[in-house]
Amino acid sequence: MIQMNNVVKKYPNGVVAANGISVDIKQGEFVYVVGPSGAGKSTFIKLMYREEKPTSGEVIIAGTNLSTLKNRQVPYLRRQLGVVFQDFKLLPRLNVYENVAFALEVIEEHPKTIRKQVMDVLDLVGLKHKVRMFPNELSGGEQQRVSIARSIVNMPKVVIADEPTGNLDPETSWEIMNIFEEINARGTTVVMATHNREIVNAIRKRVIAIEGGLIVRDVDGGDYGYEG
Amino acid sequence: MKGRTIKRHFRESFKTLSRNGWMTFASISAVTVTLLLVGVFAIIMMNLNKVADDIENDVEIKVLIDIIEDPNQAKEAEDKLISDIEKLPEVKEVKYSSKENELNLLIEDFGDDLSLFEQSNPLRNVLYVKASDPQQTAKVAKKIDALDNTYEVVYGEGKVEKLFSFLNTSRNVGLILIVGLLFTAIFLISNTIRITIIARRDEIEIMKLVGATNAFVRIPFVLEGMWLGVLGSIIPIAVVSIVYYNVYNVLQPRLHGELVQLLDLSPLLYQVNALIIVLGIFIGVWGSFMSVRKFLKI
Ligand SMILES: Nc1ncnc2c1ncn2[C@@H]1O[C@H](COP(=O)(O)OP(=O)(O)OP(=O)(O)O)[C@@H](O)[C@H]1O
Ligand SMILES: [Mg+2]
Repeated sequence: MIQMNNVVKKYPNGVVAANGISVDIKQGEFVYVVGPSGAGKSTFIKLMYREEKPTSGEVIIAGTNLSTLKNRQVPYLRRQLGVVFQDFKLLPRLNVYENVAFALEVIEEHPKTIRKQVMDVLDLVGLKHKVRMFPNELSGGEQQRVSIARSIVNMPKVVIADEPTGNLDPETSWEIMNIFEEINARGTTVVMATHNREIVNAIRKRVIAIEGGLIVRDVDGGDYGYEG
Repeated sequence: MKGRTIKRHFRESFKTLSRNGWMTFASISAVTVTLLLVGVFAIIMMNLNKVADDIENDVEIKVLIDIIEDPNQAKEAEDKLISDIEKLPEVKEVKYSSKENELNLLIEDFGDDLSLFEQSNPLRNVLYVKASDPQQTAKVAKKIDALDNTYEVVYGEGKVEKLFSFLNTSRNVGLILIVGLLFTAIFLISNTIRITIIARRDEIEIMKLVGATNAFVRIPFVLEGMWLGVLGSIIPIAVVSIVYYNVYNVLQPRLHGELVQLLDLSPLLYQVNALIIVLGIFIGVWGSFMSVRKFLKI
């Protein structure tokens, strides 16, 4: 599903954030990406949704080679992925329903399909009763649920999350993790960069540790491995 | 693209117009001023061109023929001269006017005092020549001068050239002025669109994240630019139409029978107004394209 071969990413300022990364993530896997600050986790994530282009090496997502992907084809890659961020990235002028529907409107889905799919995912994240509320009327956890709902509303094969619990208190973080597990249980591949040691150590999954732009550890069911 | 998507783009573009308030107003004003000047300039230039055409078409070359005593030889020489001139490729027509005819024309103009010349006519037989392209007049005159039996060749020497150079100068000055204004208007519009884009950066980022195509992201901004251009052309169209209508109605009766005439209202105002609105749309769309390209990296 996700394959990287010897990927190097050198930013224009000279920082090498990926220094020969090779990895193979299968359909349906759940993967944590861990490592110290500045290790290159976010870069690893950005390479997957083609926010950044690799300087050399290959990135292959769902059979698409991103190294040869034309700029105008990027939107069609993104439609196969869901992306979730630490800061939610919701639009304040849209309510919960509209924020989620937005993802389908811009890809010109049929209105009937939009209504059904939006209500389905809002049900999944437990926010069906708050569809008319605006982001500033929601808690952080609820906002993140809206953001997750938006990322999965077009039924992507892969969901990529960069520190989705980074802004949330522990209890809320667990609730968010439950949602990701639920998504994964339905067959969606989940790749999550995180600093959350408790979660990684409690919900055991494949752990990829990155340091200095290199994968230093890749263990199924591994632990977080760094001192809190 | 689907119908409801197009509707969405239109809705979005209208929303941002009102949301940008003052910037929208400033851009529309800039477009208005520019187009107003373009319109006035176009009407003046088109009328000046018409005047130039009228005067040009009136330009003819007057060829005074050598006096030859023997009537037979004279007739022969004149016929040869006429046929030589007619052979020149730039010549449209040649008219012969005898010296008696010339004198009659003078008498018509200056009165019977001249009729005493009827006894011994001091004038010469004359050919009137028109070039098929009036701008070639000087060249044709030179060629005729080189032929046999021409005593003198005259045309509105100097006057014609002055008219042309005046027209060219005013055309260039006007064009430079207008190009400068066009750039100002485009700059202001691209600034307005830039503000829209900055205000909606998050939205654009999310749109691209969930797989919106570049066209989808861009179209509302281009539409917004187009509205700025269209709205900016309303006042110029109204002013140009009303002013020219009144000027025409006041001046045209007084020019009755004169050589110089104003252009009629009918094709002129349609042409100029079409120019104004097309230019307005062009300015708007171009202005927004410039900032969309820079800010969206697309
Ligand atoms: N756009 C950029 N331009 C230049 N350098 C960058 C850019 N993005 C990241 N970097 C650099 O690349 C390195 C890796 O950054 P990255 O964001 O991938 O780290 P990270 O592991 O996500 O860190 P954190 O845990 O703090 O989020 C850092 O040194 C960072 O300064
Ligand atoms: Mg990061």
